[in-house]
Amino acid sequence: MNMTPDQTVFWSHGFVTINLTLVTTWGIMLFMVIGAKLITRNLRSNNKISRWQCMLEMIVTGINEQINEVGLAKPELYIGFIGTLFLFVVMCNFWIILPWYVPPTGSLSTTTALALCVFLSVPYFGIQKSGIGGYLKTYIQPTFIMLPFNIISELSRTLALAVRLFGNIMSGVMIIGILLSITPLFIPIVMKALGLLTGMVQAYIFSILATVYIAAAVQESVKKDKKIKQQNQTTN
Amino acid sequence: MQINWFTVIAQILNFLVLVWLMKRYLYKPILDMIDAREKKIAGQLADAKATKSEAKAEQDEFNKKNRVFDQQKNALMDKAIAEVGVQSQKLLAEAKNNARALQDKLEKAAKDQQADVNHQREKETEKEVFAITKKVLADLADVDFEAQSVHTFIKRINGIKEAEKATFIKALHSASGPILVQSAFDLPEKQQAEIKSAVTKILGAQPSFEFKTAPGLIGGIELTTKGYTLGWSITAYVNSFEKSIGEAGKQIPVTGKKHHAIK
Repeated sequence: MNMTPDQTVFWSHGFVTINLTLVTTWGIMLFMVIGAKLITRNLRSNNKISRWQCMLEMIVTGINEQINEVGLAKPELYIGFIGTLFLFVVMCNFWIILPWYVPPTGSLSTTTALALCVFLSVPYFGIQKSGIGGYLKTYIQPTFIMLPFNIISELSRTLALAVRLFGNIMSGVMIIGILLSITPLFIPIVMKALGLLTGMVQAYIFSILATVYIAAAVQESVKKDKKIKQQNQTTN
Repeated sequence: MQINWFTVIAQILNFLVLVWLMKRYLYKPILDMIDAREKKIAGQLADAKATKSEAKAEQDEFNKKNRVFDQQKNALMDKAIAEVGVQSQKLLAEAKNNARALQDKLEKAAKDQQADVNHQREKETEKEVFAITKKVLADLADVDFEAQSVHTFIKRINGIKEAEKATFIKALHSASGPILVQSAFDLPEKQQAEIKSAVTKILGAQPSFEFKTAPGLIGGIELTTKGYTLGWSITAYVNSFEKSIGEAGKQIPVTGKKHHAIK
């Protein structure tokens, strides 16, 4: 029994390996892009819109509201990353309702890749907001003694992100596999439904944690900027 | 359970490509469309607000015009009512005047009718009195009424006073024609001669006479010259009788209809 889809290799040449994880990811990407293209092909701004458009609008505005509630004032700047993160994990986990489907999120390589994306996005958005100096100074807040702890925090939360998603999804797949061999009727269906719920919750948790990390970096920078401005005003 | 680093790198690239594609094909069109719709709705709301304010202004204008119209209508109604009142008073006064004139006319007609009736009755009474007197005198005293009338007339001529006599003479002298003697009956030659003799005796001269029969002079004789008349008939008696009858007749209405005075 393969533990992860990485172990199902279709083609390999040295370092380059085309496995089930990549093939499934490409399929999901294709599905998402074609679906988005088809639905947004006939967008209308009047009051009579299609059901698909309505669904997409609800999803996009829902993600926007979530980002805004976490504390990012301009969600349209972050929805590309955070929204795609959420929708990709949702899509990966949703298709577990199909038999023989193995989600890419059940691969530690995929979750690590996503966690690394989040790890890199935090300094990206922080630097974009207040510059590289302003962002790096957040690591020595409130004092420079906190520098190693902040670095450890960054690394550990990235690791936690990767392992949490991988563990939940992989364990779900494993449980379903085991139950299929023990009780092939009914129980696997219930477990699949439970796995679907877990997958959705994990998608939400993963994306909301990414949003929180980004918001923390951005707000630290913003607070610092405000403080510097206030100090300049008082000195002037 | 190990990490395939090629897969990690490939998945990072996959994810970044997916982010770019989703931004291009999903989020941007959807967000742009939502913004467009929000602007459209904002525009519609602004239009609705402008239309509402315009409608409010028009409503205020309408209410103002309505109030002015009501005031003008009330003023016109008051004026019309006042004019109608004046007109009705005028028409009522005119109707009253017409009614009064008609009433006066009716009263005058009634009086004329009464006068005609009285005159007719007077004539008939004279005729009756004349006939009765004539018969009574003939039956009781064997006296001719005509002769007695002439006799009484001559006595009257003889009995006129000096002042009246002067007037008579003056009138006679100024007259160009003869003295007209009218009687209800044909005077015989003898009685004509007696009258001529009595007049001549008073005047002291011989005037010319003209004798005529006038049935209107019931039982009487009348002598007329220019502006002067001397006569006798039973008309005076009848008039006295008529007067007493007339006073009694005033107690009785002329017609059965009762005229109400119009106020």
